[in-house]
Amino acid sequence: MKSETIRKRRGISSLFLISLITIYSSLFSDAHALDIKRSVLSNGLTVLYVERHNLPIVMVSLLVKASPLDESPDKAGLANLTAELLTEGTGKRKAMEISEEIEFIGASLGASTSEDFTLVSLSVLKKDVERGFEIFSDVVVNPTFPDEEIRRNKELIKGSLKQSEEEPSFVAAKAFKNAVYGDLPYGRLVRGSVETIDRITKEDIVRFHAGFYRPNNAVLSVVGDLTEDELSTLIKKFLSPWQRGDVIKRGSVEKPQNKKRTLLIDKELTQANIIIGHAGIRRENPDYYAVSVMNYILGGGGFSSRLMQTVRDEMGLAYDIHSFFAPNKEGGLFEVGVQTKNESSKTVISEIYTQMNRIKKDKVSDQELEDAKAYLTGSFPRKLDTNRKIADFLVAIEFYELGLDYVDKYPQYIRAVTGDDVLRVAGKYLDTLGVVTVVVGKQSKISLDNQ
Amino acid sequence: MPSSLRADVKEYTLDNGLKVLISEDHKVPLATFQIWYRVGSRNEKSGTSGLSHLLEHMMFKGTPRYGSKEFSRIVQKNGGMDNAYTTTDHTTYFQTMASDRIGISIDLESDRMTNLIMDPKETMAERAVVMEERRLRTEDDPQNALFENAIATAMKEHPYRRPVLGWMSDIAAIQRDDLYAYYKKYYAPNNAFVVIVGDVNPEEVMKKIKAAFGQIKGSEIQKSHIAQESQQDGEKRVSLKKEAELPYILIAYHTPSVPHEDSYGLEVLSTILSGGKSSRLYKSLVYEKKLALNAGADYSGMYLDPFLFFLWGTPAPGKDVAELEKMIYAEIEAIKSFPPSEQEVQKAKNQIEASFVFGQDSLYMQAMEIGRFELLGGWKLKDTYLDGIRKVTPEDVSRVAQKYFSEENRTVGILIPQKVRGEQ
Repeated sequence: MKSETIRKRRGISSLFLISLITIYSSLFSDAHALDIKRSVLSNGLTVLYVERHNLPIVMVSLLVKASPLDESPDKAGLANLTAELLTEGTGKRKAMEISEEIEFIGASLGASTSEDFTLVSLSVLKKDVERGFEIFSDVVVNPTFPDEEIRRNKELIKGSLKQSEEEPSFVAAKAFKNAVYGDLPYGRLVRGSVETIDRITKEDIVRFHAGFYRPNNAVLSVVGDLTEDELSTLIKKFLSPWQRGDVIKRGSVEKPQNKKRTLLIDKELTQANIIIGHAGIRRENPDYYAVSVMNYILGGGGFSSRLMQTVRDEMGLAYDIHSFFAPNKEGGLFEVGVQTKNESSKTVISEIYTQMNRIKKDKVSDQELEDAKAYLTGSFPRKLDTNRKIADFLVAIEFYELGLDYVDKYPQYIRAVTGDDVLRVAGKYLDTLGVVTVVVGKQSKISLDNQ
Repeated sequence: MPSSLRADVKEYTLDNGLKVLISEDHKVPLATFQIWYRVGSRNEKSGTSGLSHLLEHMMFKGTPRYGSKEFSRIVQKNGGMDNAYTTTDHTTYFQTMASDRIGISIDLESDRMTNLIMDPKETMAERAVVMEERRLRTEDDPQNALFENAIATAMKEHPYRRPVLGWMSDIAAIQRDDLYAYYKKYYAPNNAFVVIVGDVNPEEVMKKIKAAFGQIKGSEIQKSHIAQESQQDGEKRVSLKKEAELPYILIAYHTPSVPHEDSYGLEVLSTILSGGKSSRLYKSLVYEKKLALNAGADYSGMYLDPFLFFLWGTPAPGKDVAELEKMIYAEIEAIKSFPPSEQEVQKAKNQIEASFVFGQDSLYMQAMEIGRFELLGGWKLKDTYLDGIRKVTPEDVSRVAQKYFSEENRTVGILIPQKVRGEQ
């Protein structure tokens, strides 16, 4: 039964409050309703809050719209470096004092940047929430970016880039992104490169922080053992000094042209690491749900997917084979990834083509369609089964503008997908003629003629 | 003890010896079902490594009632997720689903506990899959390959010396009938236990479990001899040359496991050395001296037999691995000579305790925790364990460091990068 109620309430603090909406989700029975409260503070910060007293913990996520989409190619890695440096010194704390204080209360605090945004996360015990929230606010609002810490972090990131080169999956993914998106933001590593990191100055970082780390450019979620009054007090005390600012509008990313290419990278390996794919779809594309069903059947559905059934179960040629669409704000990727012994590369690649062409040409069976829809709808509650997952989910639905009733809407969107929809989106978004193929492995044992 | 940390488990045992542990948690309408078999690579003999793990794969390959691949299909179309993993000490299968569908887990798991077909052709195809898994996880991963080498060097008698995945030539030699005999020997209700955590009513669940598992006969599990590791009396060193970007060092010391009285001090020691950016190894080697890209310690007392305490590090580009080794020893000598401060010990205890509380956020993690302690002697050991941690003093930390971190007791593994690379 659907039991959605939308009501306005007095909450957090009337000083900050602009709107407050409560949603009960029908996916959960009433006893498990996910009661999301949303408000926008006078400084522009959107706050999403779910009160849950089942455990004495509080999970906080802050999404800041600051990512490689906001940096220039010659300074790639600026968003990530800025995020890394948040916890490395503030007006009142040195880097080591921040980790010492956080670790003493058994909490964790960190920031990480991905394609579309930066996420600052705090996990803290209820009894230490005031201390934790104060440090969290301090690193977001008052970081000082000391020269010494900038130097240190640059060296660590450059070292980590070097170390990543020994992971075949990293080498393949890096080459693949770059082949599809070139020098556009989604074609670069979030961490940047040795050359671009060296170009970043302290001034760049300070300017980046001042430009993008603004309450009106961020979304905060708080989930856990905290009452509305307690949250209101914390926010008033620690985040009200955070000043609204003018934020530079993001440019849009043009869709790259798919062009058939093959990249072979020679490494002393027993297995070939293979990625086949091309540009994908944006998160807000209305076909996202039909694409999800189609991809589940092709290679997203774990042991149930066609690729897993043929390449692993029938042929015994891989431990893992999967396909996915990575739908980002401004574009996306579609890829099939697999590892197989060097000698089997050609057979596996040919099977991937066969399966892509098959799902483009023939309608999927009713059984496959029903199984896929049953999984996608039935597994949805598991995406929200911990406080941490709920906190991260809340900021994402706000960022991708999915609506507070998304928990209710998602199963409806999936149930509406038909076999014809699957055939149509496979035809539209899978492009066997424009694929990029990356093979990292021992090339003397891999022969890919006729590909 | 805070109430959130007190284990609240209902315990039942069927006539055939199957133990069932149920913990109610009604925060979400889901439940996780886990079945733990007391068999892992620890039970394998030389020449047959990898049996437990290949058997885990074959458990998804069908019974007369549910054909090959049906298992996961049924779970997935019910919105659930399922998987399994094998360790040195146990093999665990799990599903998480809407709690009103827990009957599906019970039905499927009771069926495959005893009715596996293990079709010969499918067994050979799956053996090839496992060989691909080994290439992926070990052969082509230089750090994992070093771990495997160092463990096999440190342990000369105990089966922990063999990898859970198995040696490549052993996997290639596994025959269907050997695997089937292994299944019949170890998969029985009296060699397993079930853990359920979630939005369930224990009485109702037990009715279903009795109906499904009740008629399976217990079998006589012969306790076969497992070699015990003798004391190591001198340093061992092993090196591995492989294509890699940076060297890597791994130092392993023989240490006891829970519930040995020293295991609590070792856990606190490990956290002091490696629990976050304010811990000793990171602070000294990465932050202050800029000698390492990363460095840490890894100790788990959650083994049936004594295993190893690891220290590891990657030298920063341009830094010498020998220098890093020396500085790791300097940190060890410091903690052997001077007990850490009360504050430092309290920080480690807070971190360990908080990680238990955060673990309760997930039904799966709660079930894992109950299972791990049950395996070691009983789920109530969790309380003993946390009490043990709370009692550790700064002097205890120094004492266990002195006792186990000796040159005679250590094995050192070093990865030496080889460069062979081109682009076509």
